Amino acid sequence: MNFSEVFKQSNQLCKVSPDGKYLATCVQYRLVVRDVSTLQILQLYTCLDQISHMDWSSDSLFILCAMYKRGLVQVWSLEQPDWHCKIDEGSIGLVSSRWSPDGRHILNTTEFHLRVTVWSLCTKAVSYIKYPKACSKGIDFSRDGCYMALAERRDCKDYVSVFVCDDWHLLRHFETETQDLAGLEWSPNGCVLAVWDSCLEYKVLLYSLDGRLLSTYSAYEWSLGVKSVTWSPSSQFLAIGSYDEKVRILNHITWKKITQFEHPSTINNTKAVVYKEVERRPVVSDDLSLHNITVGTTLFNTQSKYEICPLPVQIPVVKPDPDRANPKIGISSLAFSADGRYLATKNDNMASVAWVWDMQKMNLVAVLEHTSAVKCFQWDPKHPRLALCTGNAKLYLWSPAGCVSVQVPAEGGFQVQSLSWHCTGDSLILLGKEQLCLCYMETEQEDK
Amino acid sequence: MGEWWTTVPIESSLGNFDISSISHATMSPSKQNNLLSMYSSLSLSKSSYSVISAFCTEDNIPQCISYINQELASLGLSSTCIEASSPGAAGLNPVPALNATYELLQIHRRTMCSLEELEREQLKKSSTLEHVQMNNSRLKDQLELSIREKSGLHEMERQLQLKIKTLQSCLKTEKDEVQKLQNIIASRASQYSHDAKRKERETAKLKERLSQLLVDRKDKKLAIDVLNCLGRSDGKRSHWKTAKAAASHEGEMYKSLLSDYEASQRSLMLENAELKKVLQQMKKEMIHVLSPRQPSIRGATADDSQEQADSDLEDRAGDSSRGSLDKSCEHAREQLTNSIRQQWRKLRNHMERLDSQASQVQNQLESNKDVISRETHEDEMERMRREVQQCKEFIDAQQQLLQQQLNTSFDDETAALLNDCYTLEEKERLKEEWRLFEEQKRNFERERTNFTEAAIRLGREKKAFEEDRASWLKNQFLNMTPFTDRRRCSSSDGQSALSIRSEPEMRMSSSKVQLPKSSTYTSFSTPKPAPSATVPSTTELYRTLRLIPDPSSTRHSSHGRWHESSTIEDGESQVKAKSRLRCGDLSIFSLGEDENSLT
Repeated sequence: MNFSEVFKQSNQLCKVSPDGKYLATCVQYRLVVRDVSTLQILQLYTCLDQISHMDWSSDSLFILCAMYKRGLVQVWSLEQPDWHCKIDEGSIGLVSSRWSPDGRHILNTTEFHLRVTVWSLCTKAVSYIKYPKACSKGIDFSRDGCYMALAERRDCKDYVSVFVCDDWHLLRHFETETQDLAGLEWSPNGCVLAVWDSCLEYKVLLYSLDGRLLSTYSAYEWSLGVKSVTWSPSSQFLAIGSYDEKVRILNHITWKKITQFEHPSTINNTKAVVYKEVERRPVVSDDLSLHNITVGTTLFNTQSKYEICPLPVQIPVVKPDPDRANPKIGISSLAFSADGRYLATKNDNMASVAWVWDMQKMNLVAVLEHTSAVKCFQWDPKHPRLALCTGNAKLYLWSPAGCVSVQVPAEGGFQVQSLSWHCTGDSLILLGKEQLCLCYMETEQEDK
Repeated sequence: MGEWWTTVPIESSLGNFDISSISHATMSPSKQNNLLSMYSSLSLSKSSYSVISAFCTEDNIPQCISYINQELASLGLSSTCIEASSPGAAGLNPVPALNATYELLQIHRRTMCSLEELEREQLKKSSTLEHVQMNNSRLKDQLELSIREKSGLHEMERQLQLKIKTLQSCLKTEKDEVQKLQNIIASRASQYSHDAKRKERETAKLKERLSQLLVDRKDKKLAIDVLNCLGRSDGKRSHWKTAKAAASHEGEMYKSLLSDYEASQRSLMLENAELKKVLQQMKKEMIHVLSPRQPSIRGATADDSQEQADSDLEDRAGDSSRGSLDKSCEHAREQLTNSIRQQWRKLRNHMERLDSQASQVQNQLESNKDVISRETHEDEMERMRREVQQCKEFIDAQQQLLQQQLNTSFDDETAALLNDCYTLEEKERLKEEWRLFEEQKRNFERERTNFTEAAIRLGREKKAFEEDRASWLKNQFLNMTPFTDRRRCSSSDGQSALSIRSEPEMRMSSSKVQLPKSSTYTSFSTPKPAPSATVPSTTELYRTLRLIPDPSSTRHSSHGRWHESSTIEDGESQVKAKSRLRCGDLSIFSLGEDENSLT
């Protein structure tokens, strides 16, 4: 495993182009585009203000830089460096900006969610979509880029509009049976739309592309409900994480629950392997210090490694304050591996623990307990490999073969806040507070 | 005590004792009659003797006597009257005085006894009284205590009741509170939702207004500034929004939906087919596992054959279902699942049977280590059991006989009764035997009659034969004479007459009994010299012995001869011809027959 040198970045804005060739990073008001393989700067663009959002177009030709404070969006072309485009939302403000799947339209959500403005880079045409709902995940494009689902709120009722992204034709518009719609997500095959209610009510609705209600699922009542929803890559399963610290898996045929994954504080499941991160001070013994010297890592950093704990294992649980809103409890993150074989979850009141479940055997495979709270985890897009970070100078990797923690050999206290895989799965971008660094996985060729 | 009492009178004088007893009665009314007090009283009486010695003096003897008499009379001892031995003298008449003294002593002893008893009783009573008093006091204490306790409990109960009352009221208030709070919550919730809606409407209105304002203001800043417009990512030109486009969108949507459904259906079909294949394979394997063992394991019991038939049926069903696997129709599926189910049931039964067999085998192994098979073992057991039974019966019979003997010795009636009982079986047996015997007897009778008949016949035949022989000898004798031919004819005549007469008898005997026939043969073998007497040639002899084929000429001659005879005897000719026809060359037999018929 190799690490690149450290680069500057701000606002954790750093993205690899969808084709995997370029790496765009934002430093204050500058946009830097590098070649991923050589890390040479290819282009350098200067925006009008500090960039608050940056995104690649789907064809990796354009980069969108949004400056929300100024209500501005600037678009840069990689092929034509002197081409420029500036979209000004004016006094109506801007809170969110995104590409349409075709990479020729930009959708801007104005302040107060007054409307969604669709700007066409082809025709300069502008169109508005009124009444977008202010919710966590109110817009979702289908995976093939054909359709867009938008949550709307009119007359105190929730609606979903399905648009054809090609010409923004309103295909379907239907009312949903929700009290307060919180989010929606297309299935990967683009035929089913999952819609869930706000946390006050456990309700998940499944709509067909043509607006028919396929099924309604509710696990319980009178308690805080859905916290996170994720489709499996095969569209076969819908994983629902909720405030009762459980993940429920629905199947795509009957839309009934297949199984539920509980996150107990005591693990005595013999099929699961519990990895516990154990920290060691290097000064404690001579052997370790010698080892450290030979390895060549910084002496001042603590060493840590995973140890397999004998069962049963007690997991540290933080009891949330019941009087505060959005209690830190329940499943906040769910992620399926690229092959759909594994599911990684995180329970908020056991923040230092990541759970990995086997979707074939429907059981717990691994529990990764860390010394600090897990900030972010992401699956390798090609292999069943999970990368995690906990806000310290370490990168954690899990694969069915085992578990490893790696010290990031960067100077000046590089703390990994977030990470993202390169689309080939060969490298990993680690984002610190002000820096970034690339981590190259050892491929099989290198091993040989 | 008794000893003590007996010693007392010896020590003290009679009068003194009386007085002391009186003084005792008057002076010491002490209840405690213990030894010590007795001594004290004794000492007192001793001392009192000296004090009241003045009772009787020389002067007042008569007064004293009269006084004592009075006293005695008052005591009911009037019969004995103490008298002075002589008037005026100081002496006493000793007899009445002694009697009185004795009486008094007796009375005294009795009283003392009763006194003692009473005192003892008194003591007992007092002790019991004390005990009872103690008990009483204790019980009183207890009563008091329990009363106090009771009052305490009463108090507690009252308090608890009070508490309950307060708690109930509390509960009621709490309930009311809860109800109130619930109402409040509900009203708040409705209020909240109402407010939220109102606010939402307001915000919506505001948003509307805002956007209106922004639009109205013709915000100059709201603009897109593009250097040059881009081509579409797919390279096509953008389309106008038309109904046609909308329709095409619809179509496309449905197409994608349809394709998705088709894909899902295909995958389901595939899955179904896979599952069916698995089922099929499972079934086949089940059949394979089950079928070869079925005949070997189970015998030719009825249900086995039934099952065999079932399996055959299932095989057929399986084949058919296999054939219709691709059809995936309801019927086939049902059939398949049914057959699988049946197979499964069979497999389960089979497994259970195997289990039971295994356990049995184990049991067998445990029970008989040697190699005796179960059947022989059972047979042996059965035989032994039978033997035991027989032995038991034998013993019983013997016992019965013994009892019979014993019974007859002492009780005729019961013995008769018992005999009746015992001999009933015997009688039956005898009856059976009698019947058999009767039958045999009848058989014997029949045989005897047969035999007598046969004997009679034999006798008759013998007689006839004798006659025949005599005649034949006569003929022979005459043949030696020159008038042979004529004699022969006449003799043949006689023969025929004879034969005719004996014919039915012959038949009967031949058909019925074998013995007479053989006897006839023997009898007819006796005239052996006869053919030699007729002088047959050697060739003839040979012919009869079939050593050489008889020439037709000789046969002719013989035939000719027999023809003669046949012409004579009509009734027999047909039979003989028949036999001759049948026998052909078997001349010896035909000859024999002829001869037989002759005899």
